[in-house]
Amino acid sequence: MSDKIVDIEAAIAVIGDGATIMIGGFGVPGTPFCLLDELVRQGPKGLTLIKNDANENGMGVDHLLLGNQVEKLIVSHIGLNSNAIKLMNEGRLEVELCPQGILAERIRNAAAGLFGFLTDIGIDTTLAQDKPRFEIDGQMLLLEKPLRADFALIHAAHADPLGNLIYAAAAQNFNPLMAMAANHVIVETENLTEPGDLSPEAIHTPAPFVDRIVELPELTEDYGVVRR
Amino acid sequence: MVSSDAKQRLIQRVSREIEAGMTVNLGIGLPTRVIDHVDHDLPICLHSENGIAGVGPSVAYGQADRNLIDAGGSYVSIQPGTAFFDSAVSFALVRGGRLDLTVLGAFEVAMNGDLANWMIPGLFTPGVGGAMELAQKARRVVIMMTHCDKQGRSKIVRECRLPITASACVDRIYTDLAVIDIVAQGLILREIAKGISLDEVLAATEAPLQVSDNELPTF
Repeated sequence: MSDKIVDIEAAIAVIGDGATIMIGGFGVPGTPFCLLDELVRQGPKGLTLIKNDANENGMGVDHLLLGNQVEKLIVSHIGLNSNAIKLMNEGRLEVELCPQGILAERIRNAAAGLFGFLTDIGIDTTLAQDKPRFEIDGQMLLLEKPLRADFALIHAAHADPLGNLIYAAAAQNFNPLMAMAANHVIVETENLTEPGDLSPEAIHTPAPFVDRIVELPELTEDYGVVRR
Repeated sequence: MVSSDAKQRLIQRVSREIEAGMTVNLGIGLPTRVIDHVDHDLPICLHSENGIAGVGPSVAYGQADRNLIDAGGSYVSIQPGTAFFDSAVSFALVRGGRLDLTVLGAFEVAMNGDLANWMIPGLFTPGVGGAMELAQKARRVVIMMTHCDKQGRSKIVRECRLPITASACVDRIYTDLAVIDIVAQGLILREIAKGISLDEVLAATEAPLQVSDNELPTF
């Protein structure tokens, strides 16, 4: 059997204080809630989290924020989490805001072993203030730097023991990008198959990117449909 | 306060922006409701930032797929031909110029097309999401908003006071009072809402409006 398969306690135990962690998901779909809950239970502090959003109050990242485990968020928005907004406005949480597609591209850039890229997105806005500028062929552009992490926490609908992954519907989002951009990639999956059960043509994340796989015995209610 | 009737007419008017063959992104809030007034048989592709091309109608909680939301968090359906992809692909589609139209909300629009819709310092700081890329890169950017804010101040201004989302990006503004185009020479009034006078539109608009001598259509 593959040595990538571990229990959830061992999977998260490698994460220490001060780690930088990428977390998949856009809203509920694709967020690895069980891995996050275990991170809350084990309690490392001083974390930098890279994620699209800060989830909603009472779920996922929110538990880490309320436990004072997070020093910095690098996100595209935090609009659905009033705790994150409050902590930011009180100066107790550093928040780096990044246009959503630029966040994705900075992650992909690191994943591909590159060292930044030039873009005109946000160039006339306050988000451009501290970014180096370059004029290329008469056009002023901003330098965006790659984002790499110590760990990535990924939610996959299906995984095989080698670490090949398939995501469901809109649960894909940032997961395949983050699964390429961290030094140590930890995956939780709803369905651990036998080798060869996943079609090679359907694989979203190929096995060499994945270090650890946790099979979820069941999904918590965080994964369900949210009634607003 | 904008009456629900005026809001409905605004939504219906904006829905006429959407034409066969377009790839469209509808912003969170009122713009999302535009799709309810578009003919279901019209061949269009609705894009959502979280990685969907071909978003289908929204669904009730009982029918919801927990993995299938749009960027605003509404549970949606798929259609024949829907595609899912990651966030880098989703914004390659936006930045690469494949969006024919985006409909966005706004706090302020300036007479040169500058758009402010992502933050109000000290009051509303949710982050930027995909707003900058949509505003900067969609081939056509139309704004759908109330003409004035809750204090009655014009949201169509000479210069944005709030931090901008993108400069000189807006092509057209739809409000509960009027339809206004933004061209190189400034703002041109195109249509007026039913029951609203020209003087009311002019009084509610901080930025100078060019008005033709001909009678304007209503909506």
